[in-house]
Parts: sequence; C-alpha cells; structure tokens
Amino acid sequence: MPTASAAPLDQRSEVLWMEGVDKTFNGNVHALKGMSLRVGEGDFISLLGPSGCGKSTALRLISDLIHPTRGRITWAGGQHAGDLGVVFQEPTLMPWATVAQNVWLPFRLRGKTYTSVRDDVLEALKLVGLEKFQNAYPRELSGGMKMRVSIARAMVTHPRLILMDEPFAALDEITRFRLNDDLLELKDKIGCTVIFVTHSVFESVFLSDRIVVMAARPGRVIRELTVDAPYPRDDAFRTSPEYAAHCRAASDALHEAMEQAA
Amino acid sequence: MTAIDDRSATPEIVDEDEARRARARKLDKIGKWTLPVVVMIITVFLWDRLVVWNEIPHYILPGPLLVFETLIKDWAMLFDALMVTLQITLMALAVAVLGGVGLAILFTQSRWVEMSFYPYAVILQVTPIVAIAPLIFIYVDSRIAGLLLCAWLVAFFPVLSNTTLGLNSADHNLRDLFRIYGATRWQRLRYLQLPSALPYFLGGLRIAGGLSLIGAVVAEYVAGTGGIGSGLAFRILEAGYRLNIPRMFAALILIAATGVIIFAGLSFLSHMLLRKWHESALKREG
Ligand SMILES: Nc1ncnc2c1ncn2[C@@H]1O[C@H](COP(=O)(O)OP(=O)(O)O)[C@@H](O)[C@H]1O
Ligand SMILES: [Mg+2]
Repeated sequence: MPTASAAPLDQRSEVLWMEGVDKTFNGNVHALKGMSLRVGEGDFISLLGPSGCGKSTALRLISDLIHPTRGRITWAGGQHAGDLGVVFQEPTLMPWATVAQNVWLPFRLRGKTYTSVRDDVLEALKLVGLEKFQNAYPRELSGGMKMRVSIARAMVTHPRLILMDEPFAALDEITRFRLNDDLLELKDKIGCTVIFVTHSVFESVFLSDRIVVMAARPGRVIRELTVDAPYPRDDAFRTSPEYAAHCRAASDALHEAMEQAA
Repeated sequence: MTAIDDRSATPEIVDEDEARRARARKLDKIGKWTLPVVVMIITVFLWDRLVVWNEIPHYILPGPLLVFETLIKDWAMLFDALMVTLQITLMALAVAVLGGVGLAILFTQSRWVEMSFYPYAVILQVTPIVAIAPLIFIYVDSRIAGLLLCAWLVAFFPVLSNTTLGLNSADHNLRDLFRIYGATRWQRLRYLQLPSALPYFLGGLRIAGGLSLIGAVVAEYVAGTGGIGSGLAFRILEAGYRLNIPRMFAALILIAATGVIIFAGLSFLSHMLLRKWHESALKREG
C-alpha cells in the first residue's frame, strides 16, 4: 500500500505522463490539443474547465478507451491489470448485483473468486461507511450511497491511479460536501492518486493539490495552479482566507478560459 | 443512511391522504380478482338465459351446463388431446427459447452474422404460418416434427428480437468499465449482457408462450387427419364435422385455459426472477 502522507509535490515519483496529446474527432473537432500532464504518486489533480473543453476526453484517453491522434501517454513501469480505478458521473452499478458483488467486479474480471478477495471487498466498503449494506441491492440505496459504492469499487484493487469524471455533479450540495470530506479522508488513509474532473471551482480547490485549468475549442490546458495547503483538510480550511485566495485565483483562470473560448 | 431506515419506521400519525390511498390500494387488490369473476358469472348466466329463453337448439349454441357436462363426459379423450397439444406447445417454446437466445447471442458476437441472417428471421416472422404450414407437412415426414417446426416458427421471433435488443442495451458506462478492467468477450456476455437482457428476454418469453400455443393449434388444423395422438385442434375439427357443438366448446375452453395458465406461469416466473432488482417488479409508493 502506498504511504499515506505524500512527498512534496516536486519530489514525487511519477505514475503516468501525457506528452503533447491531441485528439481529433470526425477530422475537425479538436477535443484536445497539445495536452501534457505529469501525474506524480499521491497527486490529487483536478481538471477544471467549462463543458466541452475535453476533460472527459482526457480521462478516456488515459483509460485507453480511445487513442491519441497525436502524442503519447506513458505509464511509469508499464500498465498492469488493476492499475486503474474509475468513477463516472453516474454511479454505474449493476442493478442485478448486490453492493458487495458490485465492488467485487474488478477482481472478478481478473478471475478471482469472491472468497479469495472478500476481505478486500469488505475493507473497501468499510472505508466508505457501507459495510452494513453489503447485501443490499443498488435500488435500495440513496444517490450518495450509490456513489460511495462506486468509489469503493474504484479503489478496491488499490489502483495506482483513480479517475473521477464529475462524480458528485448530480448530487445535492449537502451530500456533495460530505462526500468531498470523505474523499479526502480516504486519500489520507490509503494515499491514492486521483485525477478529478469538475466544473466547480470550490470543489477543485478544496480537494486537490494541483488544478489544471482547461479551455474549449480547441480543448487545451491554459494554466496549472498549485494549492499548497496541507492535508488533511477540514471545514476550517473551507472558511480560511487561504482557501478564499485559491478560489479567487482558480476562478480568474476559469474566466480567462471562458473568454478565450468565446 | 436514509433509504432503508425510513421504511422500517412505524407511522404513528394518521395522514388522511395516506389513509385514503391505503383504502384505494386495498379496494384495487380485491377488485383485481373479484371483478373478472363477477363478469364471468354474469356472462355465463346470460349465455344460459339466452339459450333457454330463445330455445336455441344445442347443435347451434349449447348452454353452459351442457358444455360442462360434455367436458366431464369426454374428459378422457379431451385430456389426452390436451396433453398432445401441450406437449407440442412446450417443446416449441423450449426450442424457441434455445434458438432465439442462441441466435441473439450469435448476433451480438458478430455484426456480420447479424447482418447476414437478421433479414431472414424477419421474413420468416412476417410470412403467415398458415401459408407455410402446408409446405412443411409435405416435406417433413414426421407429424410431430412438422407441428413442432410450425409452432417454433411462430414463437421464436419475439424471443430473438427481445433478447437481441436486451443484449445490446447494457449501460454504456458499464461497458466502458468492463473494457477498462480488461474483461474478455465471454465475461462481458456472462456478467453484463445476459443480466441486462434478462428483463427483455422475459418479456419476449411471455409473448412466445402464447404464440407457441397458437402455432401448435394452427399447425394441427393444417395437418388435418390424425386419429391416434391428436391434439385439441384436431378434436375441434372432428367435432365440427359431426356437429358435436358442445364438444367444440369444451375443447375451446380447454385451449383458452391452457393459454391463460401459460401466460400466468411465465408472468410469475418473470416476477420471481426480477423482483429483487428490476424496476418493473417494484411496487410504486404513493
Ligand atoms: N466521440 C466523440 N465524437 C465526436 N465528438 C466528440 C466525441 N467525444 C467528445 N467530443 C467532442 O469533444 C469535445 C470535448 O468533449 P468532452 O471531453 O466530453 O468535454 P468535457 O468533458 O470537458 O465537457 C466536445 O466538443 C465534444 O462534443
Ligand atoms: Mg464531461
């Protein structure tokens, strides 16, 4: 398991890097142009930008669902099964399977029986506070609980990188705040590396230590900000002047991104 | 943790709206069973009166009592016939399920196979069975095999088309997830596509159950002469030639009852398989 407290940003060993990645759809839609990104171990990176700026495209490229038109994506030491966990905007659970069976899925697809990984599954459920619901079906859970199951599934294999595409966008504000807190608690416990897509300035500042601001048409990175506040962060951080300053900086960058697109 | 705890809480305050809704639900539940029975009793009563008051001879329209007596009197023969028809129906349904699901799986595994054969499945479906059946009985020697083939032709299409639709309707994000986790084709079929297709398949199965009975009956009509080992349709034909109208009615009632039982059985199966997770099996609240 990775160490819980990550090294300073510039000393972290690399997980993955993107070099000059372009993605063009239908010959003329430049979803992504010249994106370079270095992902270090323990990073919590937010991709922040207006819709259509290629955030989802970047994640799909990293998950190898689509391939770059130009440029390269490289995993340090090569990519192996279970290196990646994903959380989508929808919980994306299998409705016919129980909570525990859903979390088992990444293992199951690697040919592992439930009994051989039961401890890992229950541990993951415990981390998201759902160990009592292992035998429930998804439809019995609230939206926030389903999202927790989805997060448990993404981290059950202790992947080197977790991708999250606007995971909390469809939830109400209160649930979202709680999940933000819980996500940081998780990061503190298991020290995961995350790329988190959002269009909320506040969410990106609260969660991440690096914010990559993107603009649309063509989709590209226009600025990278660092949020150097130490983890664990709590409600006190949400009301600190430091937080407000970071929010203003991110907000300015986002405005710039929207103006460039317009 | 909201969703589950709320349900176990015992309500102490009586809300007028909820009480009214509960009463309406209760009435609905009773009405669902009693109303059809009442309609049935009234219909049978009117049927009886119609025959008696108009002094209609029994070789034109027999009264319900006479039909019932015939059903009892001819039970041995009618029951044998029922077993024959039922056997053809169930075998055809079984083959329709195997063939329909098998073809659907083949279609989703290969676009080429689907493109090549789907049009022919449609052609088979849209050509009326009564038009094909005589040909089948010319080329197929075994009577049973001919009947089976006819019933299968009628029944397999809804299974095929529904299952194909279901296999292709798996959630897009789940498909992506399976790809990201490096699922094999077999794993995707087994863990994602087949469960996704289950509700669709069961819908098709319910239709196919009724259709295979229709197919079996129609095929028997076309096959005509039989003697030993003849089904209900043949008994109806035969009774018609002899102007034994009460027996025609008795056989007809048996066919209808069989259809209802098949439908109810398949609906029950569908409910049991889906009740834990599928929306269609949920009871609406409020
Ligand atoms: N499969 C695709 N085919 C064509 N255009 C696409 C496809 N996927 C994304 N795009 C386009 O690429 C751009 C970036 O999309 P996306 O990455 O989804 O943006 P975001 O997630 O930031 O909202 C959009 O203009 C979108 O319409
Ligand atoms: Mg998106």
